Amino acid sequence: MPCHMTKIHTSYLIKQINVNEIIMLKIKNLHAGIEGKKILKGIDLEIKVGEVHVIMGPNGSGKSTLASVLAGRETYEVTEGSVEYLGKELLEMSPEDRAREGLFLAFQYPVEIPGLSTTNFMKTAVNEIRKYRGEEPLDAVAFLRMMKEKMALVNIDQSLLSRPLNEGFSGGEKKRNEIFQMAMLQPKLAIMDETDSGLDIDAIRIVSDSINKLHTKDNAVLLVTHYQRLLDYIIPDYVHVMYNGRIVKSGPKELALELEEKGYDFIRHEIGVAEEA
Amino acid sequence: MNTLSYFKDKLEHFRITGNGDGLHAIRKNAIDAFTSLGVPTTRNEEWKYTRIGGIFNKDYQFDVRPVFTAKDLDDVRLPGHEQSNELVFVNGVFSSELSTIRSSGLAVLPLEQAAHNEYKDIVAKHLGHSSQYVNDGINALNTAFAHGGVFVEAKKGQVEHPLYIYHVADASDGNIFAQPRSLVYVNENARLQIVETFVTIGSQESFTNHVIEVVVENDAHVEYYKIQGDSNRASQVSTTHIRQVGKSYTHSVVISLNGNIIRNNLNVIFDADHCESHLYGLYCLENETHVDNHTVVDNAKPSCFSNELYKGVVGGDATGVFNGKIFVRKNAQKTNAYQSNKNILLSETASVNAKPQLEIFADDVKCSHGCTVGSLDEEAQFYLVSRGLSKQSARALLLQAFAIDILENIKPEPIHKYVEQLIAARLEIDTL
Repeated sequence: MPCHMTKIHTSYLIKQINVNEIIMLKIKNLHAGIEGKKILKGIDLEIKVGEVHVIMGPNGSGKSTLASVLAGRETYEVTEGSVEYLGKELLEMSPEDRAREGLFLAFQYPVEIPGLSTTNFMKTAVNEIRKYRGEEPLDAVAFLRMMKEKMALVNIDQSLLSRPLNEGFSGGEKKRNEIFQMAMLQPKLAIMDETDSGLDIDAIRIVSDSINKLHTKDNAVLLVTHYQRLLDYIIPDYVHVMYNGRIVKSGPKELALELEEKGYDFIRHEIGVAEEA
Repeated sequence: MNTLSYFKDKLEHFRITGNGDGLHAIRKNAIDAFTSLGVPTTRNEEWKYTRIGGIFNKDYQFDVRPVFTAKDLDDVRLPGHEQSNELVFVNGVFSSELSTIRSSGLAVLPLEQAAHNEYKDIVAKHLGHSSQYVNDGINALNTAFAHGGVFVEAKKGQVEHPLYIYHVADASDGNIFAQPRSLVYVNENARLQIVETFVTIGSQESFTNHVIEVVVENDAHVEYYKIQGDSNRASQVSTTHIRQVGKSYTHSVVISLNGNIIRNNLNVIFDADHCESHLYGLYCLENETHVDNHTVVDNAKPSCFSNELYKGVVGGDATGVFNGKIFVRKNAQKTNAYQSNKNILLSETASVNAKPQLEIFADDVKCSHGCTVGSLDEEAQFYLVSRGLSKQSARALLLQAFAIDILENIKPEPIHKYVEQLIAARLEIDTL
């Protein structure tokens, strides 16, 4: 039983190498759906501080639903299971409190809001989060300084931030704006929902560079993607394959290459084999 | 005696005696019009959604002297008043004692006087023009009782300070029925900003039946702002009639926040080629406030441009009505006329009735109209909340964002700031 052997081996290693390995997110048997339709059918996933995880899978497998449920989108109903986030029951927290506790969702389709600039939006967000943490609001000078620093970090232009939020932005501009918001809010757990979709190669590289810069040993990243190409730039610790509402296979970064090579049919085939056995 | 029979007696008296001033002929016509038209009911298509009969079932005190003083005025002044001209009407009658004129570019005198002196041709030509567009008993009633009104002339060149017009109803000792009347003549090349507001003091109710007619000559530039944030014991029918008789530019912003029943008529008449007008409105309502905006843009001449944007945020048990009419007359080729009305409903019990109307008799024109009514976008709310904003502040930011393209058209800085604060307070925005 090689599988069993590996398990013992891993837990032994964890004890050995890092006493600081803190569990960031622990999803247990999560079931969720929308309007009576079951989408997530028992998700188990554990992410530790400092790690980068990728969830891949064909369209309709439930990847974006998982991201939305974690961020607290109220259109989804959780029917079973639990999610522990830094020792707290995530599913009992309001979406705003999840954000204030350091969870961030980069949207697949960022919303366009005419009349509201990114700057004004971020000023409100940063100060509401500070208020929640019992900190004084940033004054205009301190806020501008922070803006400038993060703009340089993620390579975004001031002119984009003074414009109405996402209104008339190209696909790439929208995604870069998401990354800028992530830089401003400095989340502990960033969930990136199809951040690479709709981007050309140059934009993918810029966005990936920013994600790499923002990722530290103190935070964690969960990438949700359909394609392997993002992984040319971001090296994950784990790759999970989602299919029909479940994580059906997990492995090291090489798993992504295997998927790219063989397509999702190979997963279907494997599951089919497993179910038969 | 009830209010209607008071008016009828008074009008009969007027008709017989007259009072010898230059307004009598126009008054007489209006008396006849009111007698035949009466108070509009909801059977009148133009009043389908706004019921004002109840206003006439109340008793009013017509002949009491108001106790409103210069000191009281300090409490109701708008920001920036130190740098503006101020006209004050109390209970519908112009008060020269309370008014302050700072600009040499303005001539201000009682309407009755203007009807006799060098302005008499202008008065004869333009006073009462609005009745061709607002053909109802309410407008006629104002004209029939036109006394204590004011005539304003803006001379050539920039009028240095804005013109603030306060309509004060002193309802300390009883219900007040006020009928202020103004005629503003803007000369060639003149530039003028007008700001009108309505204030009721005292604990009783008020009804203000207001008419202002603005005549705009060649190359003149007029900005007109109306701010309605009176008490919920105050009702108004307020007619603003802008007649562009030369190639000119006008710009209006109507802000309605509070009151009992408010009916606004805004008419923009293009009586010359190449006129331009921008019409903006924002009604941000709660409780049981009812606001009805009726607008007319009449393209009587070719090659004019109008752009109209009215927005509503309606909560509580409040009601908003928008009725926007665009006429393009047969010879008004090359007209560009755009209209848009957007509404957000904040509660189950709030309602909006919207009716865009285009009547086009020319064939080479560009016109559009559109109207939306919906609730606040949930996806947008979630987007903001997912960044740590409370639901309350997400909602407020979205509504503020919705209102901003109206507010940014309020050019006088103190008024812009003031309205922005009123809106922020209404939306319960923390000023960070």
